[in-house]
Amino acid sequence: MDFADRYDSSRRSRISRFKPIVLVLAPLLAILFQLYVPRFATFFEMLNLPLLVVVYFSLMRRMPVLGILFGASVGLVQDSLSSQPLGVLGIVQTLVGYFSASMSLRVDGENPAVRLFVGFFFFLFHQFFYWLLVRALLGAVIPVELVDNLVMAVLNCAVGLPLFALFDRLKMK
Amino acid sequence: MEAFFNRYRHLSLLVVVVFAQLILLAWQIKTNQEARGVRVWAVTAVTPLARFIEEVRYKTAHFFSDYVVLSGVQQQNLQIKRDLDRLKLENQNLRNEVQMADRVRALASFVKESQFKYLGARIINNAPGTNSKVVYIDRGSTTGVMRGMSVLTPDGIVGKVVSSYPTAAQVMLINDPTFSGAVISQKNRTRGVVKGQGHVKMILDYVQNEEQLEVGELVFTSGEDRIFPKGLAVGKVASVKDGVQFKEVVVVPSGFREGLEEVLVLIEGGHRPLPTATTPVTNQVTLLPEPEGDDAANKFEVAPDRMKTEADKVRERYKQIEQWNGGQMGTSGRIPNYNVLPAAPSTVIPEAKPAVPPVKP
Repeated sequence: MDFADRYDSSRRSRISRFKPIVLVLAPLLAILFQLYVPRFATFFEMLNLPLLVVVYFSLMRRMPVLGILFGASVGLVQDSLSSQPLGVLGIVQTLVGYFSASMSLRVDGENPAVRLFVGFFFFLFHQFFYWLLVRALLGAVIPVELVDNLVMAVLNCAVGLPLFALFDRLKMK
Repeated sequence: MEAFFNRYRHLSLLVVVVFAQLILLAWQIKTNQEARGVRVWAVTAVTPLARFIEEVRYKTAHFFSDYVVLSGVQQQNLQIKRDLDRLKLENQNLRNEVQMADRVRALASFVKESQFKYLGARIINNAPGTNSKVVYIDRGSTTGVMRGMSVLTPDGIVGKVVSSYPTAAQVMLINDPTFSGAVISQKNRTRGVVKGQGHVKMILDYVQNEEQLEVGELVFTSGEDRIFPKGLAVGKVASVKDGVQFKEVVVVPSGFREGLEEVLVLIEGGHRPLPTATTPVTNQVTLLPEPEGDDAANKFEVAPDRMKTEADKVRERYKQIEQWNGGQMGTSGRIPNYNVLPAAPSTVIPEAKPAVPPVKP
């Protein structure tokens, strides 16, 4: 057994598997949460659960192809319910899915510190690319509030930790 | 080539997916069309669920606030419990209905007084996106709601319809960062563009530093954006500061607020004049009617000369000079000498008599 085979088998052993229904329902519920809950408590506007879902499943599946397709699907559903043209959030979530899955090949996605970091990092990554795409493609200017974004990134990674633990329970044995 | 794609298959797929979405985006922007089929499908799938969740939330919230909280107290008296529960629930339900009726009545009276045609709607959910301030209302194209229509409350504008679907419509609220609308101030008639900021306050842009605008001044739609008809209330100026070229003006919306539930969609309407600025009257004065009968003869009479302006007096003097010297200004013939004054006629100003006799202590 050469190095490549050993690496591949080790990677496969760390891949988490989920039932297809979980892969469909989890992002759907996250999007529905984002649709309804902030209406009654504006504080929850700061949470980006669809992003956390994309990050988690890309991180745990450790397959960039799946990360790309999963991110693109979630982003396009978000776009179809938003006021902006289809593709803006789609592209951003595609990038998030790809990079988080690529990152999972090098780091241990089960580690809480890693999870905190990816939650924080990918929130800022998402905000930056969203801002960039909206400015470059749609010509709209969104005010950049750095402190607000940092606070929201901290909040999202803090929420991501228990959320990821909850998703861990849905793994197939 | 094949080896290259095999080696970089992940990256290749990423490029393909991103490129496909970029093409989709470019097509939408270039043709100014949206992938309507996808949106209609998504919104139609979500709307029934939204209505159901809203109904459950509404009823659950009232159930918990009215019933569960009371049940702790009611355990102390089991006999009275049922009656008390029922009466409290009925009372609360009635109260809720009265509150809702008040809100609906306010909307209805606004609609009735207005000459335009409105459609009442209820906000059912938000649109996704941390930065966007877009909501869905439970009226869509089947009830006549179309893209571009204004959404308002009796207190002012709330937003505009950006998409209309069969069962629902998407409304961009005025605090969305991409929202903008043409406005005019009530008192100084200063024009500008009001823009959303993502939070409750808005900014009023493109007001030159030289233009007049006061804190507390009301701002109305000017109708120049062809979206909102002229004369709808937008908000009140909260602060005004001179900037580099334009003033930095903050406007607090009058119609929009957090937790808004019912709104009106302007189905048919036109421009209306701006309401005139009124100064609030703090001390009202009551005046008695004028005295009648014999006292009418004692009315204060003002001498005719006192009512004349300086220009009238000069003109009258020149006429006297013309009569005295002969000739007339603006006609051919001898020009009168305006420097020689005629003997001034003595005018007797009658002494003014008070309308009301002095009060004796």
